[in-house]
Amino acid sequence: MNFIDFIQAITEYDFLQKALVTSVMVGIICGVIGCFIILRGMSLMGDAISHAVLPGVAISYLLGINFFIGAVATGLLTALGIGFVSQNSRIKNDTAIGILFTSAFALGIILISFLRSSSDLYHILFGNVLAVRPSDMWMTLVIGIIVLGAIYLFYKELLVTSFDPTMAAAYGLSTRLVHYLLMTMLTLVTVASLQTVGIILVVAMLITPAATAYLLTNRLSRMIFLSAGFGTLSSIIGLYFSFTYNLSSGASIVLVATALFALVFIFSPRHGLLRKWKSPKKELTT
Amino acid sequence: MYAVEVEGLSVSYFETTALEQLSARFTMGQLVGIIGPNGAGKSTFIKAIMGLIPSEATTITLLGLSAKEARTRVAYVPQRSTIDWDFPIRVLDAVLIGCYPKLGLFKRPRKQHRQLAMSCLERVGMQDYANRQIGELSGGQQQRVFLARALAQEAELLLLDEPFVGVDAGSERVIIDLLRTLRDEGKTIVVVHHDLSKAADYFDTLLLLNRRMIAVGSPADVLHAKTIEGAYGNPLAFLQKVEVSS
Repeated sequence: MNFIDFIQAITEYDFLQKALVTSVMVGIICGVIGCFIILRGMSLMGDAISHAVLPGVAISYLLGINFFIGAVATGLLTALGIGFVSQNSRIKNDTAIGILFTSAFALGIILISFLRSSSDLYHILFGNVLAVRPSDMWMTLVIGIIVLGAIYLFYKELLVTSFDPTMAAAYGLSTRLVHYLLMTMLTLVTVASLQTVGIILVVAMLITPAATAYLLTNRLSRMIFLSAGFGTLSSIIGLYFSFTYNLSSGASIVLVATALFALVFIFSPRHGLLRKWKSPKKELTT
Repeated sequence: MYAVEVEGLSVSYFETTALEQLSARFTMGQLVGIIGPNGAGKSTFIKAIMGLIPSEATTITLLGLSAKEARTRVAYVPQRSTIDWDFPIRVLDAVLIGCYPKLGLFKRPRKQHRQLAMSCLERVGMQDYANRQIGELSGGQQQRVFLARALAQEAELLLLDEPFVGVDAGSERVIIDLLRTLRDEGKTIVVVHHDLSKAADYFDTLLLLNRRMIAVGSPADVLHAKTIEGAYGNPLAFLQKVEVSS
């Protein structure tokens, strides 16, 4: 099946349309949030928060509430717990992250195994975009609008706290508040991505398109648009492979994102490998 | 009214004491140097008076106000080593950040802010670099860009942490000349500085400290063998530095 057939199939099959809309939205919001995650050196935190929504999903199911609420609650609790442990002991931040997210994840696995079948667990962990329900699609769209709106409104604050947090604090901006705002958005994005790429691979969608964009531009605004673009492209091409060859949707999308990164890593006109080999940059004298 | 008034300032990290019972006053319109050996608590002093780190004190006022009230009237230039120079931001946009405190939430920089940022870049002689990524500049140029950002804040009190570290002689000249001009315009400038040899030449007032206050006053009062020995444990520290640099 070639790409034309794929487009034909999209126009014919309702489930494929929903899958496409959902995964494109996920590609965009992960790409946008991911820029701030990598610039703040928080890739591991992104991994942690995405894993930490698992117990929330399980508890929501147990209580019969929307899994969105539980996911955000355990995601944020884990973020707060990480901050608490690293600020109140000699434990370093990355160690605190490692301890807390694995505990949350382990708890989630046990809760899920009590409540639901193992195939449900598999879908939460790895995603199954071709089984997206209309309600899932709408939730992803709403989350997308909220997250993009928040980034637009707080762009200045996100920029200054990422670039020079000390100056931000000096003029009275609460860097902690901005941090937890970003963590909240991160949990929302993870929940939105559950169906598409699943918990385990969300971090790839956050980091890889953003890192690809980072190698191509020296301006944050352009990096955000490029990253969203790479996220979208990965979603569409990944979905094509997933649908055509009956592959896991999350894994296909992530591998496409990786392939795009590899291309840019080698050929980027500014920061690519070839450029580095051709003209080794002189060390800046400081 | 004093530009900075501090009484009984103590700062400690966990068990270790970084600053103990420090008191000092700087009058308005002066170029003040904070000097002392490595680990003396110079940067800690600056951060404590801005309220960036927890401290204990009977009095801290900036421009006659509490640190919190004075925030938008104070500009801070961090040490160059604390900045990620690979950050995707251009020189002009970095200076534009200086307008953020006055803009407040939800408002975006407009044309007039861009013009202000550009004129600040001109004052530090960096207008030709406006579109460069900040990592493409030399250390001295980077420092000048951050000084331009402080100018864009239109503050009355400027606090600079080690602005001359890793800076070429040309940039150092530009920076000190500009700081003097700002002082003559009535602004107060407080500079953390480690090079004793230039301290007398650069500053109107010096605060010599080593975890506690050793001396404060005019360079002539502060820079003599007894006080230097008090801070460095070696009365010749000052002389040695002079020889090396001359």
